[in-house]
Amino acid sequence: MDEHHGSAQAATETRPREALLSVRDLQKHFPIVKGILRRQTGAVRAVDGISFDVHKGETLGLVGESGCGKTTTGRLLTRLVEPTGGSITFDGRNIAHLRQGRLRPLRRDMQMIFQDPFSSLNPRHTVGTIVGAPLRIQNVKTEHGVKRAVQDLLKLVGLSPEHYNRYPHEFSGGQRQRIGIARTLALRPKLIVADEPVSALDVSIQAQVVNLLDDLQHELDLTYVFIAHDLSVVRHISDRVAVMYLGKIVEVANRDTLYSDPRHPYTVALMSAVPVPDPARRDRAQRERVLLTGDVPSPINPPSGCRFRTRCWKAQEICATQEPPLVPQDGDPDSHLTACHFPVGRDDEIKGRRSADKRLG
Amino acid sequence: MASDAFLEVRDLRISFPTDDGLVRSVDGLTFTLERGKTLGIVGESGSGKSVTSLGILGLHNRRNAEVSGEIWLDGQELVGASPDTVRGLRGNKMAMIFQDPLSSMHPYYTVGAQIVEAYRVHNRVSKQVARKHAIDMLGRVGIPQPDRRVDDYPHQFSGGMRQRAMIAMALVNDPELLIADEPTTALDVTVQAQILDLMHSLQEEFDSALIIITHDLGVVAELSDDVLVMYGGKCVEYGPATTIFEQPEHPYTWGLLGSMPRMDRPNLDRLSPIPGLPPSMINLPSGCAFHPRCAYEPRTGGLATTLTPELVPAAGGRHLVRCHLPAQERRRIWTDEVKPELEA
Repeated sequence: MDEHHGSAQAATETRPREALLSVRDLQKHFPIVKGILRRQTGAVRAVDGISFDVHKGETLGLVGESGCGKTTTGRLLTRLVEPTGGSITFDGRNIAHLRQGRLRPLRRDMQMIFQDPFSSLNPRHTVGTIVGAPLRIQNVKTEHGVKRAVQDLLKLVGLSPEHYNRYPHEFSGGQRQRIGIARTLALRPKLIVADEPVSALDVSIQAQVVNLLDDLQHELDLTYVFIAHDLSVVRHISDRVAVMYLGKIVEVANRDTLYSDPRHPYTVALMSAVPVPDPARRDRAQRERVLLTGDVPSPINPPSGCRFRTRCWKAQEICATQEPPLVPQDGDPDSHLTACHFPVGRDDEIKGRRSADKRLG
Repeated sequence: MASDAFLEVRDLRISFPTDDGLVRSVDGLTFTLERGKTLGIVGESGSGKSVTSLGILGLHNRRNAEVSGEIWLDGQELVGASPDTVRGLRGNKMAMIFQDPLSSMHPYYTVGAQIVEAYRVHNRVSKQVARKHAIDMLGRVGIPQPDRRVDDYPHQFSGGMRQRAMIAMALVNDPELLIADEPTTALDVTVQAQILDLMHSLQEEFDSALIIITHDLGVVAELSDDVLVMYGGKCVEYGPATTIFEQPEHPYTWGLLGSMPRMDRPNLDRLSPIPGLPPSMINLPSGCAFHPRCAYEPRTGGLATTLTPELVPAAGGRHLVRCHLPAQERRRIWTDEVKPELEA
C-alpha cells in the first residue's frame, strides 16, 4: 500500500499525468439584489479565480474554513451551479456553460457525495429507489435488471442486499452515507466530488467510511476531489492538497510536501491550529500555535491585494497593493505553488510563530 | 455522606421510560473533579455524555427522566435538592456552554440583553450596572468594540464571536463549575484554537472546575487533566489524561485512537476503525455493551457476552477500566499488538 502511494507520488513529480479535470480562472459571484426592481448592488465573490488540475486516479484534497468557497467549488465542478467566468475542462471538453440537456450525459462521468446523509436521501423513497434512481434516469441497460444492479452496489459499499426495501430512517448516519455512496457509484463515474463526506459521522464510523472510499478508489479506478475542513482526514486520504482562503487557492502541493513544509502563512496557521491528541505534547503544541486574530473578511468586499493580509503577521505594504500569483517559490518543486509575497521558510518558522503569538489578553 | 471534593458524582443514573422500554442513558457514573482542574468526557453520539451534563445542571425534564445517585457540588447535594435550589445554583455557581450558539441564544434579544438577564437573575443590580458588567465580560472574551457589539443581535455575530458571547454569558456570574458540551464542534480549526486558548486562560484566571464534553480526542488532549471515556451509558475508562492516551487498556479506547488520522505522526496507509455500529440504547447488548464490536471478546472466555464487567484498577495502577480481559493481558495487547499498529 505504501509503495502504491509512493509510486503515485513519484509519477506526479516526474511527468505530469493526464489531467482528467482542468480548471482555469474559475469564478462564481452570487449577485446581491435590492429593492422591488431587484437591482444588483453587489456580489458575493464565493470563488474568485481559481485554477488547478485533477489527474486521473488521484485524490485532490480541498481544505479551508467555512466561507472560503470550497463547497461552491465542488458544486461548480459538478455543474450544479453555473460559473460566472473561467473554464472547466473535463475529459477534454469545456463544460463551464453547458445547457441542462447537454449536462445530463455528463452526470454519468461525474458524481457528488454530500455532507449530510440525513437531508441528501429522500425519506419517502426506499433504498432501492434511491440507489437505482441514477440508472433509471439515465436509462442504463443493466444485465440482470435494476434491482440486481442495486443489490450489487449495496454489497459493494458494505450494506446487505436485503436492505433494498428499507427506508433511510431505518439506518444510522454511517449506513446512510454508504447508501449515498452506492448511489454515487451507480453510473460508474470517473470523477467523484465528495463534499465533507465524513464530517457528520462519529469518529469510529468516520474511519470506516474513509477506508471504504479508499478501497473503492483502488477497485474502480476513481478520481476524487475531497472537500473537507478536517486537516487530518484530508492528509490521510489525499495525494495532493489545495488550501483555499476567501475564494482563492493560496497554496497547492503534494500531500507530504504541504504538511511538512507549508509555505503560505495561512497554511502554517491552519496546520498549527489542529489539536494534537497527545497530552504530553500539548505545551509544545500550544507554544508553537499561530493564533490568528479576528474573523475571515467578507467575500462581498474582500481586501485588496493578498486577501489574507488583514490577519497575516508577515504582511507589508506590497501585500495590500499587489495580488501575489500562485507560483512555485524559491527552492520548491514545480508542483508546489504558493500565492504569497513573503512565503514562510523552514528557518524563519519560529520567528513567525512568536510574532503571531500575541495572545488574546 | 457529604463529599470533600469540589464536585463528586456518585453512581449517577439517568433513565427515560419510553414506549419501547427503559433507556438507561447514564448508568452508574462516578467521578470527582477539583477546582482549577479539567475533566474531559469522551464518547460517541448516544453514549450518554450530554445527558450527564444536563443531569448535573438539573436541566433534564423532571417529569420523564428518572434520576438517582448523588451529585455533590461544594458540599451540597443536587439530585435530591428542590428545583428552586438548583435554579439558584445554575448560571451562578455552575454554568454551561452549549454546542451551537446560534440555536441556544435567543434570536429576538440582543446579545447584551441576554447577558444582562443572566446576571440580574442572580444579582440585585440595576440594568445599567448589569450592562456595564456585560460589556466588561464581552471585552474579556475578546469581542472587539464590546460597547458597540453589546447591542447586536446573535445573527450579527460570526460563529466564533457567538461562541465567545456564549462563554461570556456562562462566565458572567463567575461560576465555579463550567460545563462545555462540544464547545468547538461547530467552529473552524483556527477559531477552535482561539476558543480553546480562551477557555484555558479563563479557567486559570477564575480557578473554576471545567467539564469538557466532546467526541474529538484532540480537544480532550489539549485541555483535560482527567479523561472519562463513555460507551453505552457507562464509564469504560477513567483516569489521568496522559495515562489514558499513553497506556489505554480498554479496547474501545484503542478503537477510538485507531479511528483517528493523526497529523503528528507519519501517515498511515489505513485507519483501523471499530467494526459495527454504536449500540441502540433501548436494546443494549448483554454483558459488556462493547462486546459485539470488540476484537478481543473471544479472549474473555465468554464472560463478556454474559456478565457486565466492573470498573476495576488498570494494570498500570493509575486509572480505572471496565473490561473482562485479565489485567496483564490488556497491557500486553496494548504494547505488543495495538500500539505498534497505530504508530506503524
